[in-house]
Amino acid sequence: MIYKLSDNIISSLGFTTTANYQAVLEGKSGIAPGKDPAGNDIAVSRLDPGKLEETFRTVFKKKEEYTLPEQAMLLSAHIAMEEAGISASSARTCFVLSSTKGNIHLLGLPSHGFEKDRLHLWHTAGLLAGFFGNPNVPVTVSNACISGACAQIAAIQLLDQGNYDHVVVTGVDLAPDFIVSGFQSFKSLDGERCRPFDARRKGLNLGEAAATIVYGKEKKPGIALVSGSIRNDANHISGPSRTGEGLFRALKTALGNLPAGEIAFISAHGTATPYNDQMEAVAFSRAGLESTLIFSLKAQFGHTLGAAGILESVIATKALEQGLILPSSGYEQPGIEGAINVSTTLSKTDKRFCIKTLSGFGGCNAVLLFENAL
Amino acid sequence: MKKITSYCRITDQQVILNGKKLEISFSGDPGSARLTEIYRYLDAKYPKFHKMDNLSKAGFLASEIVLRSLDYDSETPDGSTSVVFANRSASLDDDKRFQETIDPDNYYPSPAVFVYTLPNIVTGEVAIRNKILGETSFFILKDFDAEKIHIFIEWAFSSPGINRVLCGWTEYLDDLCDVLVMMVEKESPEGMDFNTLNINQLY
Repeated sequence: MIYKLSDNIISSLGFTTTANYQAVLEGKSGIAPGKDPAGNDIAVSRLDPGKLEETFRTVFKKKEEYTLPEQAMLLSAHIAMEEAGISASSARTCFVLSSTKGNIHLLGLPSHGFEKDRLHLWHTAGLLAGFFGNPNVPVTVSNACISGACAQIAAIQLLDQGNYDHVVVTGVDLAPDFIVSGFQSFKSLDGERCRPFDARRKGLNLGEAAATIVYGKEKKPGIALVSGSIRNDANHISGPSRTGEGLFRALKTALGNLPAGEIAFISAHGTATPYNDQMEAVAFSRAGLESTLIFSLKAQFGHTLGAAGILESVIATKALEQGLILPSSGYEQPGIEGAINVSTTLSKTDKRFCIKTLSGFGGCNAVLLFENAL
Repeated sequence: MKKITSYCRITDQQVILNGKKLEISFSGDPGSARLTEIYRYLDAKYPKFHKMDNLSKAGFLASEIVLRSLDYDSETPDGSTSVVFANRSASLDDDKRFQETIDPDNYYPSPAVFVYTLPNIVTGEVAIRNKILGETSFFILKDFDAEKIHIFIEWAFSSPGINRVLCGWTEYLDDLCDVLVMMVEKESPEGMDFNTLNINQLY
């Protein structure tokens, strides 16, 4: 069990957790219409590069050049660490980076002017720790769309080891042409705002974001990460399992003997692709969670890839702290076979636990169990 | 005490199983062609192999060699084994290939190339081939680091019900192959002690 000290989200809905959470409560979405380079309609939640750069320069007063993903990552980590009041440069602090593609946009810019190593995720992680003067080698996880959960599970391990007092978990991914074209090739993007768990869902929206959670090992009231689990479907590298095998197993492992009735809600992966959402419903039902309220945040932030597990954990735990269950944005008509309980309105809860789930390419699935501890 | 019960090392020059060099005569240039030669030598009969990117091929072959040496049952679903790999270059080898296919005139490149632009796909390929239902994880390190790899594997063992971790270093970039795959078992009377020193020696 580790304890959340602070958090931050940098997204199109704002640069603070408060701004993002408030926007979610107001039902806002950062997803805006646009075109891909081939002229097709796409809907993406994009960071404003000008606003990001301006904020970055104002906060850090640096002359050196940083890429947009680096700026978002550094700004997010900085804001969260300031709030936590921890020493970033202490040897008792460790950084964990979660990203699927980091600076991949540089691959499409032959004359970008940065050193070659900038393309590597270990470099991005090293820059994160080094920027704040931290002496430890950071942990870098790249486990497709579940990376943000893996990074938080790594935080449990790092703090349990006893070598650290604080772990800063930061996730970042943008949506350059590389990623947009890839998802287009899979025909998995919805040209309009996505509809998780809805009958008319036809694909996902991409989103750009950085998000950070600072964890400590000192017991304190508030949000605690109780446990986490990662399990594979052993079924298909890009198609979700029909039996939800990996997600079911990850749920069983992470929840242990905790009764379903203790769980306030599930912040699901809910990408709005036809197969993912159906797979999740099967897994929830198999795990005895068919009547637990679920919601997806993808219609408000898009799929923020390596940041998703952290960003969505921040929003979900904020709601848990306030005793609220969020409505699943974009959902209107039931469209899932089998039992599932999609949250349609903002409701109150006095339960103390919530679950965050994620699934990704490579057949991987992850589950995090959070508690609003007394 | 945890033991390394089998290991396989694949470089551009050779394939080593538990200290012994496999008698594979490479005729092609280093890179993808050599991976195909190893596949033929193994007579693996797994046509999906040919669809994989080079990183997945390399990790798949080393895993295949290790699991065969242990008579691993690849037909029965196995929830007690995990797959944890690490490398330096993530999926950059396939990323470059995918980037070359992107231009406004051909905006829908092959999904078969795109799916491999994630480093953890190799762990998924190994899980699918062997019906492994435990954890699959991928970490990035600047260089091969036995101490860090040892730590990541210990983390995987801390998850309930996990008794074995197929693990190691799977690096592939620009025709350079650098792979060490090991099986680490929780309770085994045989094998090398699972520690940083031994991991370094095998590499």
